Amino acid sequence: MEATTLGIVIKAIIILAVISAVAGFGTYLERKVLAFMQRRLGPMHVGPYGLMQILADGIKLFTKEDIIPQNANKLIFALAPAITAATAFIALSAVPVFPDFTIPSWIPLLGGTFVPSVAADINIGILFVLGMMAAGLYGPLLAGMAQANKWGIIGAARTAIQFLSYEVVTGLSILAPIMIVGSLSLVDFNNYSSEHAWLMFTQPVAFVLFLIGGFAETNRTPFDLLEHEAEVVSGYATEYSGMRWGMFFIGEYANMITVSVLTAVVFMGGYNDMWFLPGWLAILLKIAFVFFLMLWVRASWPHVRPDQLMWLCWKVLMPIAVINVVITGIVIMV
Amino acid sequence: MYEQIAFYLFSVLTVILFLITVMSKNVLYAMTSLASGMVLISGFFFILGADFLGVVQLIVYVGAVMALYSFAMMFFDATRDVKEKNTNSALVFILGGMSALVLVLMFAAPIFSENIQALYPMHPEVGNAQDVGIVLFTKYLIPFEVAAVMLLVAMIAGIILAGKKMDQSFTQDMSVDEEILKQKDTK
Repeated sequence: MEATTLGIVIKAIIILAVISAVAGFGTYLERKVLAFMQRRLGPMHVGPYGLMQILADGIKLFTKEDIIPQNANKLIFALAPAITAATAFIALSAVPVFPDFTIPSWIPLLGGTFVPSVAADINIGILFVLGMMAAGLYGPLLAGMAQANKWGIIGAARTAIQFLSYEVVTGLSILAPIMIVGSLSLVDFNNYSSEHAWLMFTQPVAFVLFLIGGFAETNRTPFDLLEHEAEVVSGYATEYSGMRWGMFFIGEYANMITVSVLTAVVFMGGYNDMWFLPGWLAILLKIAFVFFLMLWVRASWPHVRPDQLMWLCWKVLMPIAVINVVITGIVIMV
Repeated sequence: MYEQIAFYLFSVLTVILFLITVMSKNVLYAMTSLASGMVLISGFFFILGADFLGVVQLIVYVGAVMALYSFAMMFFDATRDVKEKNTNSALVFILGGMSALVLVLMFAAPIFSENIQALYPMHPEVGNAQDVGIVLFTKYLIPFEVAAVMLLVAMIAGIILAGKKMDQSFTQDMSVDEEILKQKDTK
């Protein structure tokens, strides 16, 4: 069935609404999960079990004074958070989040509209998503350089280091699954796993490498160099306050969700029906699992130094990824 | 209709951004407009239906300009204007104008010749990436491999230039400890 403009607009609204809400709720989940792993209670005071903490945080972010430092480059300083938030959502436009569905005809106005699984089904979806997420790192980079603050400059330098380290790993690790599926479209990945075993089991090395690269891409804790509080105050975000800082935050959580969706679609069977679970619930559970994995890793491992990250990516992970690609190629050819 | 609107939007923005790159004296403005101009150029590839080239443009230039930023970070104060040393502006003007003219002639020449045909037309049913791959590994195999060898040469040269003291660790500098010990001994 052909996707209409209305269907694509509905899909975009679904993505924006669901992901923004989940990103807000994700902060609460992160605090709670981290707290339970560290034998604390986490937020408890606002609402039952601290559930209204998101609202309190939102009010605080919106009403906080917006400060631009005197010597900062004001235009770039104001632009940087928007880059992070915008690219995170642009990347989501090419990711299939839920299966195709048609709005039931008893709903007035919109009834019978076909809503596609991807807002923009381009043939090279996976490359586009990775490229857009890479462009998102310009946010921290510009923020760090524009704010006339030494901690910010260090944060920006670390952004460049991080970018130069992880990108080769994510690119090479995803190459072996691409060779097996024979397409760059995420919808094809999903259709592949409806007939074959999950790529997580046939490509375990690529799966682990992609997860590690994804953690580095989203600045999750083992590779949380950019705003490592114990070392560089808050890195690139030192001078930011209020909603400008909030946009970095939303962008980071949207990126976490993008990496979760990518992992779920490429390696964990996507939005196919699983046993008795309908497809949309199955992919939500998979996304939630990868998200939980990120929090789990954050609670378990300490930070690494920038030079350790570079050493890890270029001297350990990249050779493994290349060997994986070569072996996959030999197996496909034979 | 949408394609024309998108084309004029992208072309105006690209020209303005690259003008800022050339004219601005602030290194941060110059780099940022360069990066965003490069990203917008990928929009033209998307309009032409060359999705794969568009994404390659995006990924390659995002990475390449990021490396340029790190140089800017090392050499300039990003929040102040750079004082340029302009020794001979007439020469720069003539050379720049000449190369611009040559570029315009090169790209305008096909407009006047009518026998342009796509030697390797796209196949919408298999996708753009496959087409690029087939052409790269059949017709343009030798240029492709030569480019790969050149990149390898550049990489090895870079490692040799940068790696003179690679056996020493910068973070754990033992020689500093030894010098401190020596100073203590002399005291």
